Amino acid sequence: MSRLSMIAALVVVLAGLVAGIDVRADEFTKADLERWQKEYMSVVEKGRALWTSPELGTNGVACAQCHPNAANTHPETYPKFQKQLGRVIALREMINWCIRQPLEGEPLKLDDPKMIAIEAYVAYERRGVAMAPGKH
Amino acid sequence: MSKTTRRDFLKTTGTLAAMSTLPLSMVELAFADASRNFTFAYISDAHIQHISGTKFVRNWDRGLIRAVAETNLLVPKPEFVVFGGDLAQLGTKEELDHGAELLSKLNYKMYCVMGEHDYYLDLGEYWSKLYGPQHYSWDHRGVHFVVLNSILTYDDWTFNRWPSAAQRMLEMAGLDNPNGSPFMVGEKQREWLKADLAKVQKDTPIVVFSHSPLQKIYKGWNFWTEDADEVQAILEPYDRVNVVYGHVHQIQYNQIANISFNSVMATAWPWPYPQSYAQAEHALPKLTIPMNRADPFHERDATGWQFIDVNTGRVALRYNLYNNTSRTVAFNPKTGRPEDSLFQDPARMIDPQVHY
Ligand SMILES: [Fe+2]
Ligand SMILES: [Fe+2]
Repeated sequence: MSRLSMIAALVVVLAGLVAGIDVRADEFTKADLERWQKEYMSVVEKGRALWTSPELGTNGVACAQCHPNAANTHPETYPKFQKQLGRVIALREMINWCIRQPLEGEPLKLDDPKMIAIEAYVAYERRGVAMAPGKH
Repeated sequence: MSKTTRRDFLKTTGTLAAMSTLPLSMVELAFADASRNFTFAYISDAHIQHISGTKFVRNWDRGLIRAVAETNLLVPKPEFVVFGGDLAQLGTKEELDHGAELLSKLNYKMYCVMGEHDYYLDLGEYWSKLYGPQHYSWDHRGVHFVVLNSILTYDDWTFNRWPSAAQRMLEMAGLDNPNGSPFMVGEKQREWLKADLAKVQKDTPIVVFSHSPLQKIYKGWNFWTEDADEVQAILEPYDRVNVVYGHVHQIQYNQIANISFNSVMATAWPWPYPQSYAQAEHALPKLTIPMNRADPFHERDATGWQFIDVNTGRVALRYNLYNNTSRTVAFNPKTGRPEDSLFQDPARMIDPQVHY
């Protein structure tokens, strides 16, 4: 180890001690778990709001109109081959297909926080179901 | 529909491909003895949805327009048509008027059933201006027909819970909305039903039309009627009772004691079977062989309408499915329950009928 990097390492450790931060990366507490779950659920709630909202499209139709509790969306089966598109797609591409067609809306960017929220909600309603990528 | 356009439509559908989706010849074969037998058609759950001005959701409009056009082509002619409820999406005058205009093209007498989407804005006031009473009965060729308004709910929910009529409608319109409330026929109508049936012989076939199932399937989506047991008890003394219901947007059938239950398809969109909601307890009747899973890429897939006969005192439903093979669910006197003519044996089920 070079002298310079030794100093750098020492600075990092000292900074950690001063700030009182636990630098052991593989440990987390109950409080951490609760916080992460809360973060996730807040996004799920945003997704549920979008799912039932007429605002996602232009004709007033909402996702929940055909998919109560996000049923028949089968997030556990993606990515999968969609014969109508002729290729393997991710769930979010199917979400955009639905926004464009039945909802007559503009597709979301694939990393749009709204898209992440919708995916979080759909997955949440399907929790406990075994992964089945490719399944029809 | 004018004579000319109707003839044109007949001409264009007179091809092999179209005939396979519109089983005209099958109807004629099944009802050779026209003196006693009769059929009626059943259209349900159109969910006409207003966008703004004169704009309505095109997809749902197309479903109803198609059902009306095809029903007008039936040979022999159905003796009446039932509309099974949820004509509108949010119960507005615009939606009910537009739906009524599309239905007015039917060449037959029509009977209407109240759906929750028609009701919870003004508690059925405008609907009743268009279609009259919300529960009633009549006799037709030896069959006693009854229409019930089965989508009422607890008074407290209806009258005290919501700051506006529009919000009450929205809360009930969300199928999976935990703020909703269970459907019921209610005591007043049950008393009326008892009195109505008191005049009916025990061996007269009875057909009851309701919007919600008069049986308990899945409460979370109101595939459910809160006082179903009480209503069934009123129907129990009669030999041959049939309940035909909408609301579920899918094929369901069941037999409870003497009562046969059959659901009808929606013209607007299909709904998942309760078993595809992983977080729910559910009790889809074991007897039901599900409809094919919907293919969203085909706008009219897993939607349709049906025609029905009561020749044996039990209903036989022919499902005319727009993008799937037609299905028949009829009472089997040998087993004493409704059965699918093709798929009842689980070994004959096809992959798309497996829902998960
Ligand atoms: Fe409906
Ligand atoms: Fe309904």
